[in-house]
Amino acid sequence: MEHIVIIGNGISGVTAARHIRKNSDKEITIVSAETDYFFSRTALMYVYMGHLKFEHTQPYESWFWKKNRISLKKGYVSKVNSSLNEIEFSNGEKLGYDKLIIATGSKPNKFGWPGQDLNGVMGMYHKQDLDTLEKYAPDNKTCKRAVIVGGGLIGIELAEMLHSRNIPVTFLVREQSFWDGVLPKGESEMINREIINNHIDLRLGVNLKEIKSDAVGNVKSIVIAENGEEIECSVVGLTAGVSPNVDFLRDSELEIGSGVKVNRFLETNLTDIYAIGDCAEQYEAIGSRRPVEAVWYTGRMMGETVAQTICGNKIEYKPGHWFNSAKFIDIEYQTYGWVWAQTRENEARFYWEHTDGTKCIHLNYDKNTREFIGINNFGIRMRHEFFDRILTEKRTVDYVLEHLADANFDPEFYKLHEQEIVAKFNSENDTNIQLKKKSWKRIFSKSL
Amino acid sequence: MKLIKQTGLIVFLIGLSIFTASIFTGSFSLTQSELDTFIQEKGYKSEVIKAELTKAIVTEEDLNIFEFSSNVRNAFEISNKHYDALIAKYSAEKNWSKKGAQYQYKIFGKPHSLSFALAKKAGKGFATENTGLLWLLTFGFGIIGALMYIVPDVILLGKPGIKNNGIFLNAATNRGWIGWFAFLFLVSFYILLYFYPDFIVNWVYLVDPISTSISGNPASQWFLYGFLYCTVMTVMAVRMYIKYRHNKYQILRTTSVLFFQIVFAFLIPEILVRFEKPWYDFKNVFPLDYDFFFKWNLEELLSSGSFGLFILVWGIVLTVVVVPVMVYFFGKRWYCSWVCGCGGLAETLGDPYRQLSSKTLLSWRFERIIIHTVLIFVLVMTGFALYTFFYGANQVLGIQTQTIQDIYGFLIGSIFAGVIGTGFYPIFGNRVWCRFGCPLAAYLGFIQRFKSRFRITTNGGQCISCGNCSTYCEQGIDVRAYAQKGENIVRSSCVGCGICSAVCPRGVLKLENGPEDGRINPTEILLGNDIDLMNLVNKK
Repeated sequence: MEHIVIIGNGISGVTAARHIRKNSDKEITIVSAETDYFFSRTALMYVYMGHLKFEHTQPYESWFWKKNRISLKKGYVSKVNSSLNEIEFSNGEKLGYDKLIIATGSKPNKFGWPGQDLNGVMGMYHKQDLDTLEKYAPDNKTCKRAVIVGGGLIGIELAEMLHSRNIPVTFLVREQSFWDGVLPKGESEMINREIINNHIDLRLGVNLKEIKSDAVGNVKSIVIAENGEEIECSVVGLTAGVSPNVDFLRDSELEIGSGVKVNRFLETNLTDIYAIGDCAEQYEAIGSRRPVEAVWYTGRMMGETVAQTICGNKIEYKPGHWFNSAKFIDIEYQTYGWVWAQTRENEARFYWEHTDGTKCIHLNYDKNTREFIGINNFGIRMRHEFFDRILTEKRTVDYVLEHLADANFDPEFYKLHEQEIVAKFNSENDTNIQLKKKSWKRIFSKSL
Repeated sequence: MKLIKQTGLIVFLIGLSIFTASIFTGSFSLTQSELDTFIQEKGYKSEVIKAELTKAIVTEEDLNIFEFSSNVRNAFEISNKHYDALIAKYSAEKNWSKKGAQYQYKIFGKPHSLSFALAKKAGKGFATENTGLLWLLTFGFGIIGALMYIVPDVILLGKPGIKNNGIFLNAATNRGWIGWFAFLFLVSFYILLYFYPDFIVNWVYLVDPISTSISGNPASQWFLYGFLYCTVMTVMAVRMYIKYRHNKYQILRTTSVLFFQIVFAFLIPEILVRFEKPWYDFKNVFPLDYDFFFKWNLEELLSSGSFGLFILVWGIVLTVVVVPVMVYFFGKRWYCSWVCGCGGLAETLGDPYRQLSSKTLLSWRFERIIIHTVLIFVLVMTGFALYTFFYGANQVLGIQTQTIQDIYGFLIGSIFAGVIGTGFYPIFGNRVWCRFGCPLAAYLGFIQRFKSRFRITTNGGQCISCGNCSTYCEQGIDVRAYAQKGENIVRSSCVGCGICSAVCPRGVLKLENGPEDGRINPTEILLGNDIDLMNLVNKK
């Protein structure tokens, strides 16, 4: 029986393991240095905030692994000896494999700031980061101020976490507006407002210069590069992006760029070794996606795909239409298709924002063919299946607006805004789109 | 704001302490003529009871309720023992006619209930003389203190949104010491209410004026319970409105249960009594209303004219027609989360505790067995009761109908639904009765699972497996397991509270009533992946 070894017990590795088990009787071992059992990294913030206990972040009860004959091994892999078909642990132990899947995820970026290794400095990615944060910022007496460096998804989550314990936060964002590499102006400014309305000290357009230490190696303050301002703090969160966690592979025979290089079949340059999830880098990016996709959903999809290949049904990783979601403090965000921060040559845009400033939608479509390209929706939930079908069927933006009532995914009795949205589009574009009433038949017509 | 909260907490605790302490106040005794009137009204034939009760409670002494109760119960016991001895004597002599003649002298009823009836007439002291003031010091302080604690959250909790910060860090909501105290208090309350009502007669005095103004009658312990129930629900509903003000579904739902509890379960039945009609809660559905088909209830309804007949027909139509039709269109939630009184308390008083429900597979296995056992129990018992009613036989297959009714009433009606059902909130979650015991839930669940338009749709591939949905599911459903597969949730235990949807940070869950076709949709490969792979694996 073939032995499949998977390095990493995150969503990618575990999905691969589960699907391999569903389709075969191969021996499976999942290795992890982080935790005993798979847990959902996205939920770490809720543990700190008191919404969940750590056990609640584990999708499977502890008997699940034995029942499905998936072995779990705790240990830090220091080396992959591809010529011997074995991996080596930091304690000298070795484990042989027939096929190896590398699913080691990401690590927080550190750009060589002075003081970046002091006590009280941490990323927010691993379980260990959560423990460190709990140690240095249990309340606002122990931590009188925290500084977050890096305005992205993890940064804003860390801000929300600290805010939940009434710890004052200064948020250093390099860009001129929050996450404006990804979000267009209207949405980005909405998030700026949301951060400020939650009494977080948002600093746009600034960089970290250094982190200063006290006499015993703890964080004392940070210094801003642009103006030399020194801000006293006892915790510094480094959330300036993540990179593939592959340093331990750089002296192996594997081809490594920023991540482990893989082809469309998720195969590395070495036979019988695959890489999936955050740590994998496509030789050629797929469509408009990035070569490294550090996203929960794509990790899961790669796990589903590589399992097929390993079980004899060799198929390419072919992600469907792009989608993503996040939450910016109290504002939920979903996106389907592509909505670039800057409007492209062939694109026309439509932006609607609610008068209360916490809900908006942004449509992107081709200005000539009117084909729908993508949507950002903040504060209004939209149906994934609806937009997936729109993109598959290459519908126009007019069709989308006409059927917008079918797309709504808010709970019952919520106030609906479709009329307002369509009316605004009509008035801006001199069109006469009539909003159709919501139809179950249309919504579920693909469920059979 | 924080100061108002802290002050409110203190005020509430003072009210609660005075309430608890009031049990120990007052003295209880009757004059001879009051006792004579009582015995006459009750129609006690025993020749012994008058002397015994006179000895027990016609006195100048200051008896507290415990002494009074003990004396009274003793008196009844002596009286009954006297006739038991005679019964045994005539039985031994085989003097059947004389033996039979003794039974009319026995006084039936639970000792503490008999004692309660007397205590209600015998009270003197602060509770009876200053009812209004004591009401203010107990209920008044409790309500005002609680509101002072709750209302500042409108400001302190910030903007509308998910408000679960600190739940697992707080001793009140994470099975900490405050939770255990609350547990002990609630369990004790229910035990007193059901089994030692005479001990809490001072509490019943507090609501006498209210009862009289609605039904014209003095209060019983059940009126006290109903009044407390409505009060607690109302105050905790305010808390729900503040906490979930971002979610219209929660606001409407809370209003609905509050309405049904106050109007249907409390006011209407009392007003009916005022008009000399039977006390009836129109929203109480058989088999939750387990004594609907008991002989005494059927007889009462049938002897109450056309109105009684209307109630009888309504009760049957409710169970046989209204329930299946409503569940078909809306799922179990129309009752469990929008109408039911148990559900109403669970969703208001129980909201701080919903995350404490067990999510293990083992609990689910246990749940399935026990809830269906209770359903079978109630159906068999009802069969016995109807047989007894129609054929006049007191026993079926050698088992006394009254015995099986008593056992059900004690084990299920009192212990399971009451003591465990509510008492266990702070430790085991807010829906222990609903999930593990309620036979109506089992019935509704069957229909929801097999013939209904209701489902919780999971939004394609958007789930990030965070676990908030499963953690906050009061029924212990592993919602995440469905969401992370993109599969619709169709479960007989889902009461449609909508909290999973409210706490999901990515908008993955939506409660909806849609076409039956494709409602149950097992899914292995999620939306967003290769369409061919999805077709390959999902259609298998």
